[in-house]
Amino acid sequence: MFGRHGDQCRPNYISMKLKAFWRDVRFLQMLAQAVFVVLLALVAGYLYVNVTANLARQGLTVGYGFMKNPASFDIGESYIPYQASDSYQRALTVGLVNTLVVSVVGILLTTVVGVLAGIARLSSNWLINKFAAAYVGVIRNTPLILQLMFWYFGVIIQLPSVKQAIELPGSIYLTNRGIYLPWAEATETFPAWRNYLIAALLSIVIIWILFRAVQQRSSLPTPFWWNLAYLIVPALTVWLGAAIQPESPLKPFLPALVGLNFKGGLRLTPEFAALLFGLVLYTGAFIAEIVRAGILAVSRGQAEAARSLGLTTGQTLRLIVLPQALRVIIPPLTSQYLNLAKNSSLAIAIGYPDLFSIAGTVFNQTGAAIEIIMVMMLSYLSMSLLTSLIMNIYNNRVRLVER
Amino acid sequence: MAAVDLRPPRLVIGPLAWLRKNLFSTWYNALLTFGALWLLYSIVNPALTWSLTEARWGVIEANLTLFMIGQYPREELWRIWLVIDWLAALIGLSWGIWRNAARGFAVIALSAGAAFALICIGLEWDAWINWLVADAVLLTFFLLGRYLPYASRVTTVGWLLFFPGLFLLVAGSKAIPALPAVEMGAWGGLLLTLLLTIVGNFGSLPLGILLALGRRSNLPIVKYFCIGYIEIIRGVPLVTILYMADILLPLFLPVDVRPDRVIRAMVGFILFEAAYQAENVRGGLQSINRGQYEAAQALGLNGTLTTAFIILPQALRAVVPALFNSFISLFKDTSLVAIIGLFDILKIGRSVLAQSDWLGTHREVYLFAFIIYWGFNLAFTYGNRRVEEALGVGKR
Repeated sequence: MFGRHGDQCRPNYISMKLKAFWRDVRFLQMLAQAVFVVLLALVAGYLYVNVTANLARQGLTVGYGFMKNPASFDIGESYIPYQASDSYQRALTVGLVNTLVVSVVGILLTTVVGVLAGIARLSSNWLINKFAAAYVGVIRNTPLILQLMFWYFGVIIQLPSVKQAIELPGSIYLTNRGIYLPWAEATETFPAWRNYLIAALLSIVIIWILFRAVQQRSSLPTPFWWNLAYLIVPALTVWLGAAIQPESPLKPFLPALVGLNFKGGLRLTPEFAALLFGLVLYTGAFIAEIVRAGILAVSRGQAEAARSLGLTTGQTLRLIVLPQALRVIIPPLTSQYLNLAKNSSLAIAIGYPDLFSIAGTVFNQTGAAIEIIMVMMLSYLSMSLLTSLIMNIYNNRVRLVER
Repeated sequence: MAAVDLRPPRLVIGPLAWLRKNLFSTWYNALLTFGALWLLYSIVNPALTWSLTEARWGVIEANLTLFMIGQYPREELWRIWLVIDWLAALIGLSWGIWRNAARGFAVIALSAGAAFALICIGLEWDAWINWLVADAVLLTFFLLGRYLPYASRVTTVGWLLFFPGLFLLVAGSKAIPALPAVEMGAWGGLLLTLLLTIVGNFGSLPLGILLALGRRSNLPIVKYFCIGYIEIIRGVPLVTILYMADILLPLFLPVDVRPDRVIRAMVGFILFEAAYQAENVRGGLQSINRGQYEAAQALGLNGTLTTAFIILPQALRAVVPALFNSFISLFKDTSLVAIIGLFDILKIGRSVLAQSDWLGTHREVYLFAFIIYWGFNLAFTYGNRRVEEALGVGKR
């Protein structure tokens, strides 16, 4: 933008080749970059000298050798096998997995919460509308860390003890030792059933591809009743499976009070529950505003035109409004997903052992500041880049293709 | 056509019609209304019962000064009041001169002062007189701003001097006997939160502008350096940046230089916020019509002059709303310094909770912090909206 003079100088350039090179924009640009690089190198060199001096004074060396040493600290919860005698590397992996678990579950749940709240915000029902507005207003204007601490210290920790657990319909128990949810347990026939389900899902894809091929060749729309195939073929597959394997693949696994504690079901630790709840509510409020803005961005004429063409309400929503709204929604939604994953680092405030909190512990034990921070930064950075990659692929599918 | 018997029109005004239209228009809307009412009742009823009967609000009353200024020496409290009066004077002057634009903030400041005075009277504290003085100062300077010549120049200079003056007053200096130095470790509470917000925002703006210009530059090395910086910082959580500033900054500085932890946190915020400010400013730069560049070139301005006098003023004006948003989100983000051990509102809350008198008052303390953050953001958003309306930002 600022170097447009360069293009205009070009006609005269040959005649001034040897004189006045200091007026040549291309030379000046090279010079500016050279100066920039030299300055950067000077700053880097200065920092390097300082780091070496500081490390030498503290008697530290830089290197990843310590990663193999035993961590010798316990971790509250872990999705992969871990014990205190495992290496630091293992401990950091546990933290990374914990971060990933809470991020993925959180992203799924917060999408639901956000879309519901965004639609509620557009509701013609005054009470629902104001309710959603209050939720969005309060949550967005207070810090997440404060909300997390409130949910953890103010609510979940202060739930009644296991003996007086609050029971919600559907065998859900709220206690100060965690939240117990009903879960399912796999039986012996589960692997076989998984294959039938995969086959059923695959059949839907195959039918879709077949229909599309037929439609493209004949350029006629598929007759409506053909769509029944989407239902019938998978149902037949599953029914066939049931005929061969009469035993149910899953059996309910309900929490029940045995002695002093609950057994069975799925237990969410208080830390995990508070973190998940806080992250989902916080990000959901931001997503609600994005969804609302996306739906409002589709001009009313679009829906009216669709109705006048004879599309039903459902078709209008599915074929006209949503595709256009998604285009507006996807990019900011991506950054909210990224924010949720990054914000999970606040887990340290309530003691959930995520990557940041474990990295902090490892630093306190080893003093390896530079190495730990590099590990931490690279992990978060690759998570962010991966999420934006996936969302960009999706965004490319829904975005406007201009002529 | 035969005449058709039409039923009388349904009620369209009045509370019943309003109810029907807004709450019971269809059967599922009616269901939703009842559901929402039930939810509202099941939240509000226990919350009200708790806050009126069980809650021990004494924890806030007993520690209010701690929440506001942390360990700041109590005998130096007059400096804080002086800062508040200075701010009140500037708001008053601005209101007198620019009327509509500053009215939102002025009204908020006046009513906040009055509300705090009332609260202080209710609690039988002496501070009520300070709040009334602040309100009186605001009104006096409003009149001065309205009728005094040269008031607008004085006000501009006053605002420019306010930020350095604020730090001089709060931090003090060894060179001035009347203002003994207050070590930064004693800064805390809302005072620390506000100082970090101000430094983070205004300190990061120049760096952000440079990064945004660099990102749009056609010098490849500069461009990719800026892109790399912005994307790396935006890809990692703020708390890791703060942690890095806290741990690595002393390592990167000469052996005998050990900045205070507050300074380290400020550096962290500036480095972090600059990447976001850069993206804000870039949005503004992109909104500038190409004709502006061409016109500037036609007038014979070179690249630097075009950027400084034609492009940047327009771009910054276009991104005022985005900059205000950053201000609010940074205000919330300053609460993360509690993790690296600075005594902001949250960390002070934790230390209050550790006092043996106030064990188990988590809800009270956190709700109080909620109200502070929420009230501040609400007031700030309101004032800002009035400024934008008056200036027509984003419209003209």
